[in-house]
Amino acid sequence: MGHFVKKRGKSSPAISTASLPDIIFMLLFFFMVVTVLREGERKVRVVVPQATELQKLEQKSLVNHIWIGRPIEKYQSVYGTKPRIQLGDKFANEFDIPLFLEQHKIKIPEAQRPAITTSLKVDGDVTMGIVSDVKTSLRKAGQLKLNYSARPRQDKI
Amino acid sequence: MARTSSRDRMKNEINAGSMADIAFLLLIFFLVTTTIDIDKGITVKLPPWSDEAPEITRLATRNVFSVLVNAQDQLLVRGELAKIEELRERAKEFIVNPQKREDLAERPTKAIISLKNDRGTSYKRYVEVYNELKAAYNELWDEECQRMYGIPYDEDLPLAYRRAIKEKIPFVLSEAEPTAFGEEN
Repeated sequence: MGHFVKKRGKSSPAISTASLPDIIFMLLFFFMVVTVLREGERKVRVVVPQATELQKLEQKSLVNHIWIGRPIEKYQSVYGTKPRIQLGDKFANEFDIPLFLEQHKIKIPEAQRPAITTSLKVDGDVTMGIVSDVKTSLRKAGQLKLNYSARPRQDKI
Repeated sequence: MARTSSRDRMKNEINAGSMADIAFLLLIFFLVTTTIDIDKGITVKLPPWSDEAPEITRLATRNVFSVLVNAQDQLLVRGELAKIEELRERAKEFIVNPQKREDLAERPTKAIISLKNDRGTSYKRYVEVYNELKAAYNELWDEECQRMYGIPYDEDLPLAYRRAIKEKIPFVLSEAEPTAFGEEN
């Protein structure tokens, strides 16, 4: 009994907020580290298709991206509406792919090079013609690990 | 008097009360700009390129599961029109052949899935078909894994286990050069 009375009497000091900035800073640093500011602008419109059998791409530094889609409105007057390939932040065609792969490859230690994966981000409405050309080009360049980028879908079709 | 008061002020610490607000502001900025987009997709391995024409190998028709996708996104499975909904089950039945039928694969190790598409096939359709074929194998691997080790199949499984399973049911998908139909302008 006596204890309870004592505690009730002590309840006046407020919770110290002195450590609040530290907590917030910790969160801040977490998000700063996690944030990847997207480099370059997207010049083609890409909405990847949905699939269920997805695998995660490990180690972002070992992945290079090839975008295929129709140019966004801003570039349609110059590049038309046919599907185009975007490498890095430039429009390209399939003959530029070997150089693009090589430029990515030299940044990576030799031991890790066999693990390099190409992520194909292709718009769902693009036809297979241009995708096949890219695949042929990748095969000729010896880049055989490929990932068709897709969004997860829960239900079965 | 004035001097002492200024010394008093020196003793005071900087008011850190607003520190939290500033940090909050920064935090909210990074929260908004962060897009944690996990890169996911269907992983495939392409066959190496060779300039010579490939050797023509005769395969028994029963061991080949041919899937054709035309420029109208229609499916032709083993010579007959099919729906995508039934593709997975048919592929599974073909690979394991539970009833030992004469027209399905002799053994899972001999089963070959052959996929061919037109240049006019939409990418969405292609991914759907590829996904179903991959799903058929994934389900078979899962069943095999349950039977052999009593655990579900996933990518974190020890390599030895996965090798053993894939040796029993290897993933063989051969893709032919697409035919030049329906190329868009």
